[in-house]
Amino acid sequence: MSFISYLINGLSLGSVYAIIALGYTMVYGIAKMLNFAHGDVIMIGAYVALTCMTSAGLPPLVSVLIAVVACTVLGVLIERIAYKPLRNAASPLAVLITAIGVSYLLQNVALLIFGANNQSFQSVVSWAGLSLAGGALNITGETIVTIVVCVIIMVGLMLFIRKSKAGQAMRAVSEDKGAAQLMGINVNGTIALTFAIGSALAAVAGVLLCSAYPSLSPYTGAMPGIKAFVAAVFGGIGSIPGAFIGGILLGVIEILARAYISSQMADAIVFAVLIIVLLVKPTGILGKNVQEKV
Amino acid sequence: MKMKRVASLMLASVLAVGSLAACGNDSGSEGGESASSDTFKIGGIGPTTGDAAAYGIAVQNGAQLAVDEINADGGINGKQIEFKFEDDQNDSEKSVNAYNTLKDWGMQMLVGTVTSTPCTAVVEETHKDNMYQLTPSATAVESIQYDNAFRICFSDPSQGTASADYIADNGLATKVAVIYNSSDVYSSGIYQNFATEAQAKGLEVVAAEAFTADSKTDFSVQLQKAKDSGAELVFLPIYYQEASLILTQADRMGFDTTFFGCDGLDGILDVEGFDTSLAEGVMLLTPFTADAQDEKTQTFVKAYEEAFEIAPIQFAADAYDCIYAIKAAAEQAEITPDMSVSDLCDAMKTAMTEITIDGLTGSGITWDESGEPSKEAKAVIISNGTYEAM
Repeated sequence: MSFISYLINGLSLGSVYAIIALGYTMVYGIAKMLNFAHGDVIMIGAYVALTCMTSAGLPPLVSVLIAVVACTVLGVLIERIAYKPLRNAASPLAVLITAIGVSYLLQNVALLIFGANNQSFQSVVSWAGLSLAGGALNITGETIVTIVVCVIIMVGLMLFIRKSKAGQAMRAVSEDKGAAQLMGINVNGTIALTFAIGSALAAVAGVLLCSAYPSLSPYTGAMPGIKAFVAAVFGGIGSIPGAFIGGILLGVIEILARAYISSQMADAIVFAVLIIVLLVKPTGILGKNVQEKV
Repeated sequence: MKMKRVASLMLASVLAVGSLAACGNDSGSEGGESASSDTFKIGGIGPTTGDAAAYGIAVQNGAQLAVDEINADGGINGKQIEFKFEDDQNDSEKSVNAYNTLKDWGMQMLVGTVTSTPCTAVVEETHKDNMYQLTPSATAVESIQYDNAFRICFSDPSQGTASADYIADNGLATKVAVIYNSSDVYSSGIYQNFATEAQAKGLEVVAAEAFTADSKTDFSVQLQKAKDSGAELVFLPIYYQEASLILTQADRMGFDTTFFGCDGLDGILDVEGFDTSLAEGVMLLTPFTADAQDEKTQTFVKAYEEAFEIAPIQFAADAYDCIYAIKAAAEQAEITPDMSVSDLCDAMKTAMTEITIDGLTGSGITWDESGEPSKEAKAVIISNGTYEAM
């Protein structure tokens, strides 16, 4: 019974990683850059939702929607101001370092506005959850909602990328930016759209993360952001199903390692697994081996 | 991660250079200032923002209250005290910076730092400068490892030992689970000594689960294992922020048990947005409760509530006792503000082992040369939203 409980907790944690990893992987797949500020957009999303719920007294669903809109705008702004001017810079390092800069900027702005104090996050899920097997197995409402939302987002995103016109444009830009432009695709618009979707997902992830583990500080996004980045690489960066599988696997491995091997060693084990996977399959689980064209 | 590490390394080196520069400036300005100054300058360091803010704010308030009382009463050896408090956000780097800032201000004695990890860093600096240091609440053994440093509170080993003794002697449980922070010196220090003493006292530690600073939000596994182990009591030698999350998650998963903690749990009732009804029945080892009926405590609580509009926690009492201990030792040693930092320290070192304090956190407190206090352990239980003596 404990095993099932651990597994469900792992799925829930993994779902949060997966939603965050989707943001990393989409941006990497299309703009070929690592957006290290992604984790901090999560934190901003959670703060916006919390402020809406506590200070403005809005219902949870409305607050989440406002957080999604705020993060979408923030994501597009970050892209426009900090990344776009550097897209054609001589060194790809420039935009990477800018991303780290944006990450610290967001953390410190949040520190100024909201203070360094941890705040208890008010859960957006009011359902208490399920109690199975005579109380031996309790599944919280947050856990179930997180897993369901993750699956919905994943399926929706796959359909969007495969079926819609904007999704086709994204795939085209990811394959060859120059050729896509020649075909009349608005490359800048497509990249901005990618950031918008990624950041909207970050807001959702932030609210789910803080609902499950009700603590919010300006540094809340940093560690999950890094773990999700690992998940994206694990699953094969650039691949959407890869981010999903990577996220879920990472969450489950982390929880099971903590439960059955050692609670002190859990993080070390997660990263050791990552190294082994990358040694065996350098492109990640679902990553394609693309031959470099000369 | 790596990138962040590199970035923080760079920051650290910048700070290190900064502090070196500060040291250089000091020696010049210090001599001039202390000669002309006619007041004792006491500095304080602790987290007034961040994870452990409740502690720092309480220490700042408690110390300020004592300073104001002493000043109104004529000061120490006829000289007034100036008190200045700097925030360190419970971070070693920021704490050393705060120490340098206070030195620039002309600090002669240090009350602090409030938390163990930063204190262990700062004590290296005070030892180098031979500055007298008295911490109200840093419990790690290393926090006062030099002869210039003393403390008011119990050390980690004695808290771990005292907790095991208390649980065993009062028959609270025979099977105990522990959830502790393996990346924190305070928490792992208490845990190790608790485990040793528990064995000696016939308590069975059925689950010992750790978490780290990088994964301190999800406690589902640790709680599940504690639940499955059949523990009658969960020992939490951790700070209140994580404890509030543990209580929330334990409630969600339907795990109803007794929680027992150390002084780190003090402040849990003040966590923003935390449902304090979850803390009902939580027990903690603490030398001070605001509802104690003796006259000394009642006078202190009344004055504190009037000044700061909040009930004092143990850290406030620790800090209050700190200032009075400094006063007693300073009078014993007959020091004056025009002495150098190092001479003050040498005089205070000897005087500390000679005084006996009747404070808020114990009566007849004495110190030996190691800097450890000798006093009795007490526990409280949270009931109806306040701390009650057991």
